[in-house]
Amino acid sequence: MLKILGSFVLFLRNMLVRKERFATLWNRTIDEAILIGVDSVVIVSIVSAFIGAVTCVQIAYNFTNPLIPKSTIGYMVREMTILELAPTITCIVLAGKVGSSIAGGLGTMRITEQIDALEVMGINSASYLVLPRMLAAIITFPLLVIMAMGLGIIGGYLAGTLSGAMTGEEYVEGIRDAFIPYNIVFALIKSVVFAFLISGISAYKGFYTRGGALEVGAASTTAVTNSIIAILLADYVLAAVLL
Amino acid sequence: MIEVSNVQKAFDGNPVLKGVTCTFETGKCNLVLGGSGTGKSVLLQCIVGLMKPDIGSITFDGTVYTNNKIDIRQEIRRKIGMLFQGSALFDSMTVAQNVEFPLQMLTPEMTPAERRDRVEFCLKRVGLESAGNKMPSEISGGMKKRVGIARAIAPNCTYLFCDEPNSGLDPATSIKIDELIHEITHEYNITTVIITHDMNSVVEIGEHIIFLHKGMKLWDGTKDEILTAQVPELQEFIFSSSLVRAAKRVDEENEGGLAAFQESYEGGGI
Repeated sequence: MLKILGSFVLFLRNMLVRKERFATLWNRTIDEAILIGVDSVVIVSIVSAFIGAVTCVQIAYNFTNPLIPKSTIGYMVREMTILELAPTITCIVLAGKVGSSIAGGLGTMRITEQIDALEVMGINSASYLVLPRMLAAIITFPLLVIMAMGLGIIGGYLAGTLSGAMTGEEYVEGIRDAFIPYNIVFALIKSVVFAFLISGISAYKGFYTRGGALEVGAASTTAVTNSIIAILLADYVLAAVLL
Repeated sequence: MIEVSNVQKAFDGNPVLKGVTCTFETGKCNLVLGGSGTGKSVLLQCIVGLMKPDIGSITFDGTVYTNNKIDIRQEIRRKIGMLFQGSALFDSMTVAQNVEFPLQMLTPEMTPAERRDRVEFCLKRVGLESAGNKMPSEISGGMKKRVGIARAIAPNCTYLFCDEPNSGLDPATSIKIDELIHEITHEYNITTVIITHDMNSVVEIGEHIIFLHKGMKLWDGTKDEILTAQVPELQEFIFSSSLVRAAKRVDEENEGGLAAFQESYEGGGI
């Protein structure tokens, strides 16, 4: 375990020494941001809207006490969405989509000698291939999480009002009640940490793939499972430390 | 000139290179010949810097490469062009973008117009001027090798390394690739090192041949000397080829058959 951790730290260090020119890094980061961020908008939108809707319906189903105001449903949907569902579930979805894409892409480049070709040209392959992917993930994940927060709350509103569980006014009253702006900061900190973990672990697994097509598939699978475990561990640690 | 001195490399205690010392001459096609598992590719990877030898040194035109400062190693690497066994073209880029890539990365002082001209020139040089807009997945194995050569020579490399340039190609295409490498070597007076186990390449372009066997250099010489070399392992390797074995049989049955075979080969008859 310590050996792997040390190897991961060295991998990150190699990425930061002998960096490519700023213009190259910038252009590569923008390209990767489109692949990682823009191409994930649809899946994140669908997942977050439905999770918001389901959360609202299930909370309403469990609220049988007439003394509790219905606006509490909106309040709970907001808290759950901002604190946990938007950052964590979104990033778990992204670990599957982006993590496997990074590990598979780099793994294929490794076994087809494309990474060796970069090295022979005198290009720092880790800096050229991995750093832009990590920067793109760190930039786009918080934006996707903000979008997921909004869509989750809208999904809850639609589900709550269309099912007749509450009125729109009650839901809006709930989501405006006792709002703590720090929760959004906390969610964004989580999304940055998760972005680093997903992109770093996936890149590491892909970059050091050895063998053939079978190993590329195995690297993608390991990247996703390790990323998800890392997300859950980090989620607990961040909640314990920052809340 | 590239000088390899007492290079040793082992994996998990198993020695793969056992003190290889050899010289690759400038302006010549230097072939490293040997069977599978003799350490040819490991030697190549040590020379180009993809692997670090356990012991020994490698010198490029008098500049020591192994264990030197990273800046000096980078400087040497930028003079290296390499044709990989599987071509190693970037599959997200077109053929022209692949050739332009090292220019973009290594020569930022070039304007886009100069880069375009250079790409056009290199593609024309390898006979692929009309394939610039194609993706690597849309071209044949032989064309991929040509693009690999164009990409290697684009930044005016001083050293050209080819890892089994004929693997997966039919004999006619193999000869064309060999001829192209030979022409480029002489045209630009570069040091070319070719890893191969193909006897056709030996006969075609082997100006300086190094024979590796079980991680050791057993022989070096020219293509004219190789057939008469008195090294049993080399003889065994050469005459393991069906074509050469057939020629030898003719030679034994009919005096001068091997010479006739060579003449026929050089004349394009085979």
